[in-house]
Parts: sequence; C-alpha cells; structure tokens
Amino acid sequence: MTVPLTLLGLLEREPSHGYDLKRDYDAWFGRGKPLPFGQVYATLGRLARDGKVIVGETEPGAGPDRKRYVITEQGVSEVETWLREPVEPEPHLQTVLFAKVVLALMSGRDAERYLDAQRAAHLQRMRELTELKRSGNSVDALLADHGLFHLEADLRWIELTSARLANLAAEVKS
Amino acid sequence: MILQADDVEMSFGTTPALRGASVAVEQGEILAVMGPSGSGKSTLLHCLAGILVPDAGEIHFAGERLDTLPEPARSALRRDRFGFVFQFGQLVPELTAAENIALPLLLGGTKRPAALRTAAEWLARLGLDGLGRRRSGELSGGPAPRVALARGLVTGPEVLFADEPTGALDSLTGEQVMDLLVGAAREHGTTVVLVTHEPRIAAYADREVVVRDGRVSALAATR
Repeated sequence: MTVPLTLLGLLEREPSHGYDLKRDYDAWFGRGKPLPFGQVYATLGRLARDGKVIVGETEPGAGPDRKRYVITEQGVSEVETWLREPVEPEPHLQTVLFAKVVLALMSGRDAERYLDAQRAAHLQRMRELTELKRSGNSVDALLADHGLFHLEADLRWIELTSARLANLAAEVKS
Repeated sequence: MILQADDVEMSFGTTPALRGASVAVEQGEILAVMGPSGSGKSTLLHCLAGILVPDAGEIHFAGERLDTLPEPARSALRRDRFGFVFQFGQLVPELTAAENIALPLLLGGTKRPAALRTAAEWLARLGLDGLGRRRSGELSGGPAPRVALARGLVTGPEVLFADEPTGALDSLTGEQVMDLLVGAAREHGTTVVLVTHEPRIAAYADREVVVRDGRVSALAATR
C-alpha cells in the first residue's frame, strides 16, 4: 500500500485533519495494521513540502490536531496518474517458494514435504479469508477475493511443481 | 467418526484407482477431498457412499460395516441417509425443477403432494421461487446447480456427498452454491464429503485431505 498516494486520494474527497485521514486509512486500508500518527504527519509534511498539499490555517482550540490539509492541483494530478497506471505484476511470493523448492532438491531434502506444508498453510489462510467473506460486508469480500485468487494461483503452481518433482530433482542435481 | 475408510483398495480392470486409502470423517464435519485428475478421489467418494464396493479394506458408517452389506441394503442406506450432488447436476431433464427436488422423497415413499410441498420450501429457500414448474432441461446454468443441491439435501441426509458440485460453474455462481451448501449443512449438522480440485471451493471445508496415486495424505492444518 502506497501511504502517501493513498492519503492524497483520501484528501481528494475533502480537506481533512490528520486525525480524520488516519481514521479513514485504518478503516479502509489498514486491515489490522493501523498507520502510526507519526507516519501520518511525517507523510503530510513531505506532501506539503513537495507542493501536493497545502496546510490550512491552524484552527483555534485545544489539542494537537488543529491543522486542516488541502490537496493541490499537483496532488490531484499525481493521484490521477497513479490510479491510471497498472501495478507491476510481480509474483512476490513465488520467488520464495521457488527458492525453497530448488534448495530442498539441491540438498536432497524432501521437497514434497515442504510443498505439502505450504499447501496446508495456504489452504488454512484461504479458509480464514472465505470465512471473512461469509461473515463480512462487500468490501471485506472484495479484499478477501483478491487474496483468495492469489493464494489459488500459488496453489496451482504448488500442484504442478509436486507433479514435476522427480524431473526437477534430476535436473537440479545434474 | 461417522464415516471411515480403512486401507481401501479398488481397481478397474487392471488399473488400480485406490491403493490403501484411509480417511475418517467426523460427525458434522465438512471434509474436502482434493487431488489431481485421476488420483482416485471420486472413487474414494463412491466407496464411502456405498456406490462401489472396494476390492479390499473396510468402510464403516455410523459404527457399522457398510461395504459388506448386500446391494439392496446399501441402496436403502443411500436413499434414506445419504444425499448426493454431482458435477453436472444430473437432473432428470423431463421432470420439473420441483419434481427433481422431490425425487429422493418420492423414491423413499413420501406421497407426491407432501414431497412437492417440501420441494417448494427448498425452491423458496434457494431463491428459486417461480421456477418450480420449469422442466429442469430448460433451466440455465444459474438455477440448475441449486436445484441439484436442493435434491441432495431434501431428505435431510446425515451425510451429503458432493462430487465437484461447482465444477461447471463460473466463480460467482460456484460461490453462491457453496454458501448455500455450507449454510444448510451447518444448520442441520449434516456431514459433508466434498470432492473438488479447486482450492477456493476446498476452502469452504473444515479440513482437507489430498488423494494422490490412490492414497490419502492428510494435510496438517485444520480449522
């Protein structure tokens, strides 16, 4: 999750205090990983320095959070560009899975056992996400689906690799 | 354990399908049986359900030996205590949706009006109001699997055997069928044996086992 761009995107709705931005970020995108206040204000400070937000007048009253942030045209344009561009299709996890299988085979370890354990872990996570879908709202389901399809892709790879282990072992050791 | 297979072997001609498969299913559990094509997972389901008699090994249901029962007794067991959902629904195309759902009740001796009333309740429950009089051959891919599911559950079976129940469906329809299946099973405490090669479908189960080369390897994780 790109924190600066996400905060900018939230600011595009309306000028907001740092506290409101943190609350909305946590509610929509945090998913159990709340954004620390320090990071919110540091990010807003950098965005202000770079001309993507301006800091409104300090409002009178008590409490630390009295500044309202407003997105600039440059900020809007940045969000626009970001949302238009597809994300690099990186198979993050696969590199780890791949390395473990190859290293297991190279060292003569039981790669099948590792793949079985990985399959069980993946399916356990898929069960949790499926339960989240069944009990949660549509936004939860949207997020859970994304996770489910990615895990499923890994599992397909795990199945195929399991079926090819004998050949792979011969190749890796040769 | 409500259902158990011990060291089951089964061959078709000279081709072995199961070579010492063992699995145990707990009362009320939803068990996914996974594995590649031709691994023997459907054969295992058919043995557990008393459709096929294994060449060796034992099948127990509710504490009693199932595989040694004569065919009429196994047939009665399948009719009265088991439910079935298959990949392509396997509905009788000439019968209406309601008649298809009512079929297991009619075969069990329930009078037609009562059977059709129960079928109508299932149609309503699965969001199929108004489709009861439609011949199942005329149903589209959306409702047909739900009719098949209702037929599997209509007798209130102790065990539901589902072989790729979402096999021919798109993701969303498949999920709707699984939501209904799991919801109904949990509500009635039905034990489910679910054969699938799709991880996303297996994720609806409490636990999964993988059949590989005719043997069952259990995975570590359970809910």
